Amino acid sequence: MNGRLRRLKALIRKEFVQVVRDPSSLLIAFVLPMILLFLFGYGVSLDAKRIRIGVALQDSGEEAAALAAAFLASPYFEARISRDARMLEADLLAGRSRGLVVIASDFSRRLHQAGPAPVQIIADGSETNTANYVQNYAQGVLSTWASLQRLKQGTAGQAGPRLVPRIWFNPELESRDSLVPGAIAIIMAIIGTLLTAMVVSREWERGTMEALMATPVGIAEVIIGKLIPYFLLGMIAMLGSVAIAVFLFQVPFRGSLAALLLTSVAFLLAALGQGLLISTAAKNQFVAAQIAMVTGFLPAFLLSGFIFEIASMPLPIRGLTHIIPARYLVTNLQTLFLVGDVWPLLLPNILILLGLAVVLFFVTARKTSKRLR
Amino acid sequence: MLSRIRALIIKELLAMLRDKKSRFVLIVPPLVQLFVFSFAATQEAKNQTLAVLNLDQGRPALSLVQQFAAAATFSRVLHLNSAAEVPPVIEEQKAIAVLWIPANFSRNIESGQPAQASLLLDGRKTNTAGIVQGYAQRIMDDFQAGLAGGMRAEGARLVVRNWFNPNLDFRWYTVPSLVCILTTLISLLVTGLSVAREREMGTFDQLLVSPLHPLEILVGKAVPALIIAMAEGTFMVLAAVLLMRVPLNGSLPLLYASMAVFLLAIIGVGLFISSLSMTQQQAILGAFVFLVPAVILSGFSSPIENMPPWLQTITLGNPLRYFMTIVRGIFLKDITAALVWQLTWPMAVIAAVTLSTATWLFKKRME
Amino acid sequence: MEQAPATIQGLSYRFGPNQPPALAELTAVIRAGAVTGLVGPDGAGKTTLIRLLAGLLLPGSGAISIFGLDTRSETTRLHRIIGYMPQKFGLYEDLSVMQNLRLYADLQGVTGSVRQQVFARLLAFTGLEPFQSRLAGRLSGGMKQKLGLACALIRKPRLLLLDEPSVGVDPVSRRELWRMVQELVNGEMAVIWSTAYLDEAEQCDEVLLLSEGRLIFAGPPRELTKRVSGRCFQIRNIAGNRRRVLANAVQRPEVQDGIVQGENVRIVLRAGAGRPELATLAAGAEARLVPVAPRFEDAFVDILGGGPGGTSVLAAAMTQVADAGPITVEAQGLTKRFGDFTAARDISFAIRRGEIFGLLGPNGAGKSTTFKMMCGLLRPTAGTGRVVGLDLQKAPGQARSRLGYMAQKFSLYGDLSARQNLEFFSGVYGLSGARQKETVTRMIDIFNLGPHLQVAARELPLGFKQRLALSCAVMHEPAVLFLDEPTSGVDPLTRREFWTHINGLVERGVTVLVTTHFMDEAEYCDRIALIYRGRLIATGSPDELKGSTANAQLPDPTLEDAFIELLRQWDNRNREEAA
Repeated sequence: MNGRLRRLKALIRKEFVQVVRDPSSLLIAFVLPMILLFLFGYGVSLDAKRIRIGVALQDSGEEAAALAAAFLASPYFEARISRDARMLEADLLAGRSRGLVVIASDFSRRLHQAGPAPVQIIADGSETNTANYVQNYAQGVLSTWASLQRLKQGTAGQAGPRLVPRIWFNPELESRDSLVPGAIAIIMAIIGTLLTAMVVSREWERGTMEALMATPVGIAEVIIGKLIPYFLLGMIAMLGSVAIAVFLFQVPFRGSLAALLLTSVAFLLAALGQGLLISTAAKNQFVAAQIAMVTGFLPAFLLSGFIFEIASMPLPIRGLTHIIPARYLVTNLQTLFLVGDVWPLLLPNILILLGLAVVLFFVTARKTSKRLR
Repeated sequence: MLSRIRALIIKELLAMLRDKKSRFVLIVPPLVQLFVFSFAATQEAKNQTLAVLNLDQGRPALSLVQQFAAAATFSRVLHLNSAAEVPPVIEEQKAIAVLWIPANFSRNIESGQPAQASLLLDGRKTNTAGIVQGYAQRIMDDFQAGLAGGMRAEGARLVVRNWFNPNLDFRWYTVPSLVCILTTLISLLVTGLSVAREREMGTFDQLLVSPLHPLEILVGKAVPALIIAMAEGTFMVLAAVLLMRVPLNGSLPLLYASMAVFLLAIIGVGLFISSLSMTQQQAILGAFVFLVPAVILSGFSSPIENMPPWLQTITLGNPLRYFMTIVRGIFLKDITAALVWQLTWPMAVIAAVTLSTATWLFKKRME
Repeated sequence: MEQAPATIQGLSYRFGPNQPPALAELTAVIRAGAVTGLVGPDGAGKTTLIRLLAGLLLPGSGAISIFGLDTRSETTRLHRIIGYMPQKFGLYEDLSVMQNLRLYADLQGVTGSVRQQVFARLLAFTGLEPFQSRLAGRLSGGMKQKLGLACALIRKPRLLLLDEPSVGVDPVSRRELWRMVQELVNGEMAVIWSTAYLDEAEQCDEVLLLSEGRLIFAGPPRELTKRVSGRCFQIRNIAGNRRRVLANAVQRPEVQDGIVQGENVRIVLRAGAGRPELATLAAGAEARLVPVAPRFEDAFVDILGGGPGGTSVLAAAMTQVADAGPITVEAQGLTKRFGDFTAARDISFAIRRGEIFGLLGPNGAGKSTTFKMMCGLLRPTAGTGRVVGLDLQKAPGQARSRLGYMAQKFSLYGDLSARQNLEFFSGVYGLSGARQKETVTRMIDIFNLGPHLQVAARELPLGFKQRLALSCAVMHEPAVLFLDEPTSGVDPLTRREFWTHINGLVERGVTVLVTTHFMDEAEYCDRIALIYRGRLIATGSPDELKGSTANAQLPDPTLEDAFIELLRQWDNRNREEAA
């Protein structure tokens, strides 16, 4: 027993020395996480604010001017007003603006005649998401303008029912607050799967695995000796990232440390299991990196619900997301950051992660033996 | 000189395409990824669950609930009975939003008083919450119009039209964008690994003692990568048009011309990483460290207009940013040659910088 | 009864169901307190057997027991009593010497007070004491080999398995390794040593000779050597060209095998054949046929059916090198500094057209640095290198187009087929159109590559790989050929064939610069430059070097003896000067 522990310690120490000496693993474990956090923390957000639009004001009536002014005043738009619809269309075509509001020359007349007075909005469908926002915001501007009009006409009393939206956990809909936890999930997926897969295949390529296998080291010790260092590395990267998120980017953290640790442990076990399984299948680094990229990183980025909503995906892909560990981590991290310890949500996710880890380790153990072929 | 470069190019292409396995790795995974991720990378809000807490038995309240339930966004409606049930529903993500209709809603409407319903949204999913909020607002507006009977017709009405993508089909947006990302990935990996692999295999010395000039070696690495990536791009464009039915409205020559310039810029980066790395592991991880920020700063998942000005300035150095605009523009908007040129020359500048830096480093590392 | 270190019983092994057997019906017993050499041509199954002995592969059929432990079922206990050094030494290159030792000590369970003693003993034993904190990746080949050995010895195994420990390692280090292993054996350890160097095998107590997976000889090496006794001769006092004499000799029906040894040619006659007429060999009137003591290598080649013989079809197809001056390769004051460290200091030599010039020296002495400067891979800090009169720095492209280069690992493109490799290298050297096509076809004909044209170069048999690499290097008919340890780790048969071609090319006026650790190979050289501690310390023909170190104790030194003696003398001189 004592011997096993000592061997394990030696393997772990060796692994740490190697991590410290290889600039590329430090790059991936510390520099890339910093860049990601920095980008998501300071710059990148999914929602569209201050969208550039054009307002073609072809009507000289007072109401039309007021409507145009309402677009100009909206915090969501940066409106350029002009009579020349053609020029604004060119802007839209060139991507200089994302939408065009056309207030036709008969707008005021129709309004006064109590007929329907259409305001046309043309959104740039090539930026589909932004186009959605353009529609929604334009609707909002129009509603505000209409109620102001009614107020002026003294018909405010007839105001219909209102919908009062209240956004929980993140009242400003600050996308940063949900992206930063997602970014941490990506970072942990990279360290857990990509780095682990590569360092194991490196031992095969360099022939050191062969030397290890001829010593009394058991195969379990070799696996655990790889697991622990990258587990710790992942945990350090995770705690560091959380600290940066909370203290530098002021993302609230409402959960408990215990829940955070539990989630991270469960996720890292699954991610490491995946990395180890890849490395048993691929004994050269190039193939290992390819597989890790396709099965680890890209799904963590695209199928985890981090940026793209899982519910909106077609059924087969939704099914696929259930075996992607990052999915559970993203949900748990977002909940821990923004909501708190919602155990009925967190616990099943943690259990699923542990289940995935058990399956992956079981398969890895079955596939690995202390033999060369 | 030309025959030497030609020999290099043929060698490089053969090394990549000769055996079935490496052909497979180059062609199949990108197409599969294009297919899977184009379905996955949607920012729409579909198949959402709405929870309703209706404390009002009046007819207006019921018809409001019905209108919400009929909306395409919500595929499931969860009926709650008490206010106590609301927090767990949101917290545990059983529903994206709760429509809360107070007991006096119908009474207020009928008596002409201001009536209010609340919509509680899950702020963890900022994008979905934002979109659902917009939809809900529109449903409420329609509801209001319905209440007012024909009265609403008198007011101003928004007529929405979407140019270039009339139905706002999300895949028209994601597929061209993914074509860009995946060609970047491939050209980066192909060039990034090429020198490191030769170094590890020992064939690099063999090249260096031949009469080849360093520049010729670089050209011999860049051109095959360009050819492979162009071919890959063609595959994906074909898949986009034929399999995924994304319209291709613009000019193909413009698409290819700008693609060549873009790929040269990326290949410069790949060669830079390649000359810097001693091992394949370093090359792969190096490629990664470039790729991830480049995708994030491309405007694909987050509009560049929303970034803070300093970050927008940084994106000016990202070739992917220009190329994505071009590809989406050519696919959907049929943009003019002048506009393509406006977006292409910055990529040409970037290409000049990355290629000459790579050449400089390559020569320096020959020692 | 004391159990044997290893008992192999009816062992067979295949890599796949449709593959030919890598090992077939092998039965042998390994003795304790002895070094058992494992020899055989490349691909005979040496590495496979060692891996099977180490329990890293499972026997297909039959069984191996190590001190009574079955390698199938008792792997854990087995790994406590064996030491194993794989081909790449199994070192972590990004760990220091001491970190490697500590790791393996922990893995082998060497702890407590014993541990420091073991480290001290091993570091002294291997001479690595001054380098404890150096990264293993920065060690020279010889030092890596010693560290690898130290790691395998940490627990003092009862059976030590060494897989080609001396490939790419200089003669000094090889001798030291041998001395270390002898000490271990005297301490009752059993050692299995796989090697391509037959002079090493000759010193083993026992050898196992494998060929195509079958054991064709087991026993003391002198038993095997006996079969050629009375059949080994040297042709001395050759007046003409010894290379031509060799070519003539091996074409004679009575000659089984032949090599160049300095000024002389060594031949082995076929069993029962009479002596060849010296007159038919064009060796000159003074030439004499002198019987010499047989060597293990003679017997090895003999039992495997004799040397390849014949002349070089490659050389026959080459045109005579015409447009080069009398001096084709010239180094003038070549110096290379890496920071504070001077890897090569003021090295000058001139090589005549059609000469074979050898660069010898211990690992890390500056031999590779000099070689790399000469073929333009490194830029000298000072001095110039010229090839056919062209400065490698001023006219690199022109100079390089006149040289051919072949490195130790036959740097071919493994993914490409034989034909594609030929097409590529001819293209790189500027051949195109009909001329390229014609050259490629000629190479294919010369080397009989026809049946292998579609196979990826990686999968070619070793002999074909070497032929292909050579044809890639000479297709553009270079005036100068640079060979960097060309036959390192290659068996004697393949090596003989290779040198047949080189000798032929030299006859065509090609100049050859070769680095080697292999003294048999150095014997082919017309002149040798010995590089040590960054300096050129001796030049001369192999016989001159041998002669210069002959003394009372060692009247007839081998080239290896001379090599070691010259280094020792230089060290002594400099120690005196320093004192």
